[in-house]
Amino acid sequence: MSKYTEDDLREELKTKEYEYGFYTDIESETFPNGLNEDIVRAISKKKEEPQWMTDWRLEAFKVWKDMVEPEWANVRYEKPDFQGISYYSAPNSKPKYDSLDEVDPELLATFEKLGISLDEQKKLTGVAMDVVVDSVSVATTFKKTLAEQGIIFMSISEAIKEHPELVKKYIGTVVPQKDNFYAALNSAVFSDGSFCYIPKGVKCPMELSTYFRINQAGTGQFERTLVIADEGSYVSYLEGCTAPSRDENQLHAAVVELIALEDAEIKYSTVQNWFPGNAEGKGGVYNFVTKRGLCEKNAKISWTQVETGSAVTWKYPSCVLKGDNSVGEFYSIAVTNNYQQADTGTKMIHLGKNTKSTIISKGISAGKSQNSYRGLVQINSRAENARNFSQCDSLLMGNECGAHTFPYIEAKNKSAKIEHEATTSKIGEDQIFYCNQRGIDTEKAIALIVNGFSKEVLNKLPMEFAVEAQKLLEISLEGSVG
Amino acid sequence: MDLKEKLLSSFLVFENKVDIDSPIHDVRNEAIKVFEEKGFPSKKEEAWKYTSLNKILKEDYSLFPKQENAIEYKDVKKYFIHDIDSYKIVFIDGKYSSHLSETTHDGIDVCLMSVALSKPKYSLIIKNYFNKAATTDSLPALNTAFAQEGAYIHIPKNKVVDKPIQIINFSTGNEAATMLQPRNLVVAEENSQVQIIERHQSLTENAVLTNSVTEIFADNRAIVDYYKIQNDHNNASLIDNTFIKQKRESIASVHTFSFGGKLTRNNLNYYQNGERIDSILKGVTILGDKQHVDHNTLVHHIEPNCESHQDYKGIFGDSATGVFNGKIIVEKEAQKTNAFQSNNNILISDKAAINTKPQLEIFADDVKCSHGCTIGQLDESAMFYMRSRGIPEKEAKALLMYAFSNNVLNSVKIPEVKQRITKIIANKLGVNIGFDL
Repeated sequence: MSKYTEDDLREELKTKEYEYGFYTDIESETFPNGLNEDIVRAISKKKEEPQWMTDWRLEAFKVWKDMVEPEWANVRYEKPDFQGISYYSAPNSKPKYDSLDEVDPELLATFEKLGISLDEQKKLTGVAMDVVVDSVSVATTFKKTLAEQGIIFMSISEAIKEHPELVKKYIGTVVPQKDNFYAALNSAVFSDGSFCYIPKGVKCPMELSTYFRINQAGTGQFERTLVIADEGSYVSYLEGCTAPSRDENQLHAAVVELIALEDAEIKYSTVQNWFPGNAEGKGGVYNFVTKRGLCEKNAKISWTQVETGSAVTWKYPSCVLKGDNSVGEFYSIAVTNNYQQADTGTKMIHLGKNTKSTIISKGISAGKSQNSYRGLVQINSRAENARNFSQCDSLLMGNECGAHTFPYIEAKNKSAKIEHEATTSKIGEDQIFYCNQRGIDTEKAIALIVNGFSKEVLNKLPMEFAVEAQKLLEISLEGSVG
Repeated sequence: MDLKEKLLSSFLVFENKVDIDSPIHDVRNEAIKVFEEKGFPSKKEEAWKYTSLNKILKEDYSLFPKQENAIEYKDVKKYFIHDIDSYKIVFIDGKYSSHLSETTHDGIDVCLMSVALSKPKYSLIIKNYFNKAATTDSLPALNTAFAQEGAYIHIPKNKVVDKPIQIINFSTGNEAATMLQPRNLVVAEENSQVQIIERHQSLTENAVLTNSVTEIFADNRAIVDYYKIQNDHNNASLIDNTFIKQKRESIASVHTFSFGGKLTRNNLNYYQNGERIDSILKGVTILGDKQHVDHNTLVHHIEPNCESHQDYKGIFGDSATGVFNGKIIVEKEAQKTNAFQSNNNILISDKAAINTKPQLEIFADDVKCSHGCTIGQLDESAMFYMRSRGIPEKEAKALLMYAFSNNVLNSVKIPEVKQRITKIIANKLGVNIGFDL
């Protein structure tokens, strides 16, 4: 048997092309490139939004104009030309479809290729999906079942029309328009996204799920997600994405806001597999995302993410632990390969008493990629008995990649208990040897070790998602995972 | 006139006063340009995120002491480690004090920077080492521009220095506010060994700002031990910049004991230029009042098979604030590096705060690097155990804190220094127990 070494793996990783790189040609309605007040107004008009929403967008645009792109992240890339992007594109904007038959067959084929055939999903997985292709919600399923429980799950543009009071009350409360450069941009031009409201005391009977996809050449996606869990409710929300292969860099600047009211719990899981660029580092998606959750008393927010894609990732799902006894969790696997760069982590802001947070971050770098963990744990002076545990582990494959850790820990209360731990290592030759000895070939051994390394996080994913996450890890580290 | 302008304008005067033909004339000029361009660091800079210099820069510092001040040994004896024989290099308000010092040229050079800068016999060493480790950050550059006096220590090949060297900078406070910029150079050649104790001490409550630079070069297999004792008045601020360049198989350790001062910033940078080097960085910080200490460390692993060990302990009471910013960089070539970093803190007051940022930047795959950081309290069950056995609360607390910092104290190689530190700790904690348990 020929020996499969780490070098072979590296070679394979280098040459592995993006499997899901295809492009669906759908007649799109696309705005001219560039951004100004008129474009913002036009987007708002297109979406038939009320005046308050238009004003809200314009306010954000005004702030954004004066902001500069942040440069503190440990990533290097060619800055996108914000005037060279079209800020709106919708697949054939017919009225809403009643059944799948009406949907553009080419679009359906896209889903087929991605392995997420809608009807199969419906029947087998019990997951209700709000599928987003290039900014407009195409199909929403299981709406009825959810409606019976009083759960609102729809695209945000529908929600603005149908539940303006809820949207108005909560939008921008966790991520304000002027929060940062990309959040401001998103607030001004967001095209669509998901909205979810779980009423008091309701435990959402199924995992809610959205797939995001970038599909039109030269369009950036600006998704806006708002999840509100009312008192005592529970929801598990899944988000996943893969994007077609493209030469030109694409910009993705999403904003996700989670609001967990008293005793509520939100579990937000992401599998991200945007096009990472080819082996030469050409192309790929820029993923600049602002995700933040607010916990009221006794509430809990848990972020789980598997990041395998994107050329540049800039993403810090955060928890503001405002209420007493609230809990924030962050579980992350970030895999970078070739020329990918990831700067990701979390912020845990402890404001209330007895607040707890857990951070588990696993970084795997291969090829010429750079993988950074950047986190903040802040214990404010009134946060009595706050507790934090952080663990960041990095696995390096080859000596052309880098792993970085930038944890910020700020404690202003004497009763705070904080632990932070970070390690960096490679796959040990002795570990491989041990497996080989027992008849496990090197390829399988590496798979075993990588799986073991990321197990703590994979375990946190909901069943339906764990399978897909595993698949994506396989694609990213093909050749290593059997 | 703000301090920056004052410094810039007095540079010309300074340059004329010291020898214009000095070999480092160009170095100084280059450095002042860097400082002029960069100015004092502000909180906007990542490395200064948690430490603001604004308050201490407001004072109207006198840059050159107007008169020579003499102090009696008996008045300042307590600031020396006096129970051991040692070489001493003592400065009063930045001026060398010959009657308090004990220097030597017997086999080794323990003398003054001003002498080394002016005499031709030292010019080769100055040329090869002076300003060769210091970075061009604004504060080290400022020091370089005004570099004139300090300790000059040169240990030739195979020489083990027979007794420790003490470097003590006194400020008398004869003027309302004084700024001092001592510049030290330590060159330890192959196989040599040296132990150095450094202290900055003001004798009155008048404001002092010290911007000190120490460059240390440890050649192949040299062993350098450096101890910094920082226990100054609440109006004295210290910006300590220490740069250490190590070569193959050398061992360099720096212990920093911070117990006082208004604002203390320790920039400690290690550069490893050779294989099988060991770098050791340890510190104990015990603060109260409104004191502020910022430990900013960098260990740059450049070549393979090296190690670094960092261990910083901090206890913060009253309104004290502590900062730890430790950075480890492992270059691509530095395979088989073992780098460890640990930072443990205890907060004993509600107004105290700690900001810590242990950073790893790793480009090599076959390495073992870890960092750990904790913030917590004294163990309540341990407190109860001791109190139930009749140990008063204060003493019990002190014992626990002493135990907490013991790891660091244990690696101090000079017993008298260790004793002195434990005494200072006992004093600081207001207890009267001998810690020789």
